[in-house]
Amino acid sequence: MKKTLMLIVAGVILYACGQKTGQTGDNAETPQKPAVTEYDPQRGEGKFTNVEISERLDAQMAASGKQIFDLKCSSCHKLTDEKLVGPGWQGVSTKHKPEWIMNFITNPDAMIDKDPQLQAQLELCLVRMPNQNLSDDDARHILEFMRQNDGVQ
Amino acid sequence: MKTIQYIIGAASVAVALSAAQSCKPKSADTAISGDAAAKTYVAPGKYDEFYNFVSGGFSGQLSVYGIPSGRLLRVIPVFSMDPEKGWGFSEETKPMLNTSHGNVPWDDLHHVQLSKTNGENDGRWVFVNGNNTPRLARIDLKTFRTAEILELPNSGGNHSSPFITENTEYVVAGTRFSVPMDEVDGDVPINTYKKNFRGTLSFVSVNQQDGNMDIAFQIETPGVNFDLSRSGKGPSHGWFFFSCYNTEQANTLLEVNASKNDKDFIMAVNWKKAEEYLKAGKGRKVKVKYAHNKYSEESHTSTSEIKNEVVVLSSKELKDLCYFIPCPKSPHGIDIDPTGEYMVSSGKLAALIPVFSFSKMIKAIESKSFEGDYNGIPVIKYEAALYGEVQKPGLGPLHTEFDGRGNAITTMFVSSEIVKWNIKDLKVIDRQPTFYSPGHLMIPGGDSKKPDGKYVISYNKITKDRFLPTGPELAQSAQLFDISGDKMQLILDFPTIGEPHYAQAIRAEKVKDQSLKTFKLEANKHPYASRGEGETKIVRDKNKVHVYMTAIRSHLTPDNIEGVKMGDEVYFHVTNLEQDWDVPHGFAVKGASNGELLVMPGETQTLKWVPDRVGIFPIYCTDFCSALHQEMSGYVRVSPASSKVALVGNTGTNLPAE
Repeated sequence: MKKTLMLIVAGVILYACGQKTGQTGDNAETPQKPAVTEYDPQRGEGKFTNVEISERLDAQMAASGKQIFDLKCSSCHKLTDEKLVGPGWQGVSTKHKPEWIMNFITNPDAMIDKDPQLQAQLELCLVRMPNQNLSDDDARHILEFMRQNDGVQ
Repeated sequence: MKTIQYIIGAASVAVALSAAQSCKPKSADTAISGDAAAKTYVAPGKYDEFYNFVSGGFSGQLSVYGIPSGRLLRVIPVFSMDPEKGWGFSEETKPMLNTSHGNVPWDDLHHVQLSKTNGENDGRWVFVNGNNTPRLARIDLKTFRTAEILELPNSGGNHSSPFITENTEYVVAGTRFSVPMDEVDGDVPINTYKKNFRGTLSFVSVNQQDGNMDIAFQIETPGVNFDLSRSGKGPSHGWFFFSCYNTEQANTLLEVNASKNDKDFIMAVNWKKAEEYLKAGKGRKVKVKYAHNKYSEESHTSTSEIKNEVVVLSSKELKDLCYFIPCPKSPHGIDIDPTGEYMVSSGKLAALIPVFSFSKMIKAIESKSFEGDYNGIPVIKYEAALYGEVQKPGLGPLHTEFDGRGNAITTMFVSSEIVKWNIKDLKVIDRQPTFYSPGHLMIPGGDSKKPDGKYVISYNKITKDRFLPTGPELAQSAQLFDISGDKMQLILDFPTIGEPHYAQAIRAEKVKDQSLKTFKLEANKHPYASRGEGETKIVRDKNKVHVYMTAIRSHLTPDNIEGVKMGDEVYFHVTNLEQDWDVPHGFAVKGASNGELLVMPGETQTLKWVPDRVGIFPIYCTDFCSALHQEMSGYVRVSPASSKVALVGNTGTNLPAE
């Protein structure tokens, strides 16, 4: 870990940690470039532009989403509105568009650097949401689990 | 700036002139020219051209440098315990250091070999040898971790190792110190060396799928000291060549008594023939005891198996298996050129370098051009196998690598220089001073069929006056030369870990893209893994307390543990729930007579702790993981043995009593 970064004053940490993702070197893998140069706070930034969801819950997907939640998310998020390390999940699926959620959980570093809501959130939590290496399907299943958590039947 | 360049340029000319006049450089000045910095400069964020795997010598570790910058990228723990990475301290890694002598937490790591396909470096594995308690290790280049350690029986000092055949069929190991075979009573007078001591050459097969090693056979030889070895390639594929000294079979004051003979030997071993003898059942099963240790990246644990038998072939009784070639005088290195035809031997006490011809050697064997035998093994006539001699190359020739353009470069230990010479006409082309006393040298792929002849690195034993003084103990060093032009040009000095013996380098492209970033949590098969915080728990099994713990930025679960009692052995099984590259978590507990853990994303590692007193013991993450790293901590309460405190662990629920 780049310990020296941590010595920088708190205000700078937010910015400096953003550079920590290893995307700065010429040799580093090129991050996913947004299709448009302007950041879209509704959609977020990442590979998802239009996520189809039905009014009814896909229970199978939601069950798979619960398993991933237990493994990779529950350390920091509660299912209520109570903040643990990160915010509670209650209401998240109605507050954000499906694209935004799936982009954020698969591409957190790029979005934390740009999204006004996430930057505000970071000032409260002070921990950048880790990239938990979710597949596209994982992300979709988590979204369905979030919908279930918000009462979709 | 220009003035400085001029001064440096002028100084370099002066030094070059003075160096040409005497073999031993008198000052610490070097022939650095003005563009050296540009040649080694790798800008921030840019990658080096080569990975350089450098033996850590008596540190027992393997270091990885970027070339041409000389930046230290990694120290890979192999034979020695390493508190930085928890190697040898965690329960998972302890079996890796097991031997027939029990836990041997150190070794003397000498030589490095990258795995090869068709005689070229292929980037799968690195093999290294332990010279003290004879061992071989294999490092996986996906994880840069030691995957396997194999002990060698019937051996004392594994020096001529871990050299490999052109398709990594075998890794070899030869005894530096001959000793009585393990099956006989070793309680013999030391001065019965000639009668009772034996050498062995171990041929260890390598499974091409998973890299696993197995001792295919050993060849028993007369008691001598085997120094180094190289396999044939191309036309000489199927043969292995070992340099040996102490053909006098001295057992004391070797400095004098093993330096008497005018010529010692290169031993040529026909290993294809050995395979035939083995198949025909000509081997003898010998009772031995040795450890074979493997690490699994699936279960994140290692196993140590004690094995009890090897098959031994006799060099004396089995014809056409081994031949000796006389070689002046106490040869050290034996190196085979890229074509596989020329065998360069370095008689370290000789004032010349003999170059043998493989095709002449074969003819000499066919026409029985022998001058006699040594302990029943035919000795080929020197002239019958000799291609020619490099006259007056310098003093103390040790090792040779090849530039792929028909030239060889040899280190001169005594005259502190590297010398470039042409293999065909055996004429010296260039010589440059080194600072000081070079042992091995390395050209990327310089032992392969296709050397990448851009750089040579000299690994030096002595560095006095090269770096800022650090008391009596100084780092040893590497010196990087650009060899793309006619003259070899020194462009960089850098200190090394431990004593660098041999090193190898490979183009970064062959390794970097396969480098693993995280272990998948879903694939974690550790028996004590917690796949998610919901699986954390504490289980008591008599006096053993197993804590299934998770770590994620920025808390441990559980972080409050009560009910541990005096007399308990506590096992913290820490699973890192992160799935992002470069986010390890560490784990330490106050007063543990043990090291720390460093747990990679998706991995589980275990720290054993035996509390020595009643009280409250802080635990915490040792690797600065996040802005709230300092908060990533907890407490363990230890009660007397008779205590009735219930065994509980939790995070975030044990709220203040008042």
